[in-house]
Amino acid sequence: MNEKRNLKVQAIENGTVIDHVKAGQALNVLRILGISSAFRETISFVMNAPGARGKKDVVKIEGKELSIEELNRIALISPKATINIIRDFKVIQKNEVVLPSYVEGVVRCTNLNCISNSSEPIKSKFSVLQSEEEGVSLHCLYCDHVISEEIAENLL
Amino acid sequence: MSFKNRHVISMKDFSREEIDYVLDTAEKLEPVARGEERSRLLDGKIISLLFFEPSTRTRLSFEVAARRLGGQVLNLGSVEASSVMKGENLADTIRVISKYADLIVLRHPLDGSARMATEVASVPVINGGDGSVHHPTQTFLDLYTIRRESHLEGLKIAMAGDLKYGRTVHSLCHALSLYGAEMTFVSPPELRMPSEIVRGLRKQNICVKETDSLEEIIGDVEVLYMTRVQQERFPDPDEYEKVKNSLRITGDLLKAAGPDLKILHPLPRVNEISPEVDETSHARYFEQAFYGVPIRMALLALAMGVIE
Repeated sequence: MNEKRNLKVQAIENGTVIDHVKAGQALNVLRILGISSAFRETISFVMNAPGARGKKDVVKIEGKELSIEELNRIALISPKATINIIRDFKVIQKNEVVLPSYVEGVVRCTNLNCISNSSEPIKSKFSVLQSEEEGVSLHCLYCDHVISEEIAENLL
Repeated sequence: MSFKNRHVISMKDFSREEIDYVLDTAEKLEPVARGEERSRLLDGKIISLLFFEPSTRTRLSFEVAARRLGGQVLNLGSVEASSVMKGENLADTIRVISKYADLIVLRHPLDGSARMATEVASVPVINGGDGSVHHPTQTFLDLYTIRRESHLEGLKIAMAGDLKYGRTVHSLCHALSLYGAEMTFVSPPELRMPSEIVRGLRKQNICVKETDSLEEIIGDVEVLYMTRVQQERFPDPDEYEKVKNSLRITGDLLKAAGPDLKILHPLPRVNEISPEVDETSHARYFEQAFYGVPIRMALLALAMGVIE
């Protein structure tokens, strides 16, 4: 059974595996990491894969060890994701993502009248909040607007 | 406590002690604001008023405040005649004006514009109102009026009218929470105070009540802060027609008021306060408009470091 599941995504020699991504968020993970069609290394992922804790997505990026700051941005849309750094097919480091306290240029403010949505030469800036009741929310440092539900939809 | 070179963007940037300090400073400057004493505190200083949307009272009171202290005022003039029409962005405008003036007062239609201005300005920026978010000098003058005409600590206040969109009442709620006020929100259901503000106040153990009836609360509050129901906020004119006269202060209503009740209004009013109220001892909204001058004098003088 395990062998069959492993065949879905090929093991990588060197790079990063982002596991336990919230189901359906794999493409958004790539957006957060700024990975576009111009990226030349191998990327593989599965979406909605069955796991012990329910469905999940997995993203594997060959030949690239991402920075902690980059990885922690993933916590905005998937706070329970784990990061495995792979060298020579072995996991040499395994970490959980940590919610950053501040993000810049990652999410668009949903307040259309916010100065960060104008033609001014600035990037959006948010402080990141987390509460048990409301989960992750972003507080725009320009207009004070708070985004909670629509973070994934407003990734830049 | 030094405010030198400090920006004034949001009431949330100020502690209670700092607010008290601004109010104390305004009180000392009040004789100058009334023209009873002369001052040269801002002699040689240039204050630039960058108003990208019309606002007669705020602009004029800043201008009076600067001139009463001996400062010079640099006006942007009409937006149509400025470099904005040539496509210059606000950030560059602020950078350039920073080279001409000692302080910038900015009024701009976009939310967060004043905060952005602080990132590029090399002089203090005072927010004269940005979009629908902040108008801190209005809140300072509201607090000053309440302190001068009633009292701040443990105040029983009602805020009435358009509580959904009114930025003045939103900031005022936050500031009054620092003084342990009891707040009653009076509005038609369509214009209730945003639930996150009500929730936030209750989390701070502030006593908050909500109603749609002025009659119900008029005998039980010390300050009634009235606001205009803004026609421009209603996409459907019929909806505006339904609520526009739902809250009105009249002579009849005031028969049930306590003798010390003070009525405030950020102005302009339309028909939410009947003219007969103007002659009563309750009306304080024209004094409130005047108090904008000593408050803005205090903020100008403190931000430029001529009072420490």
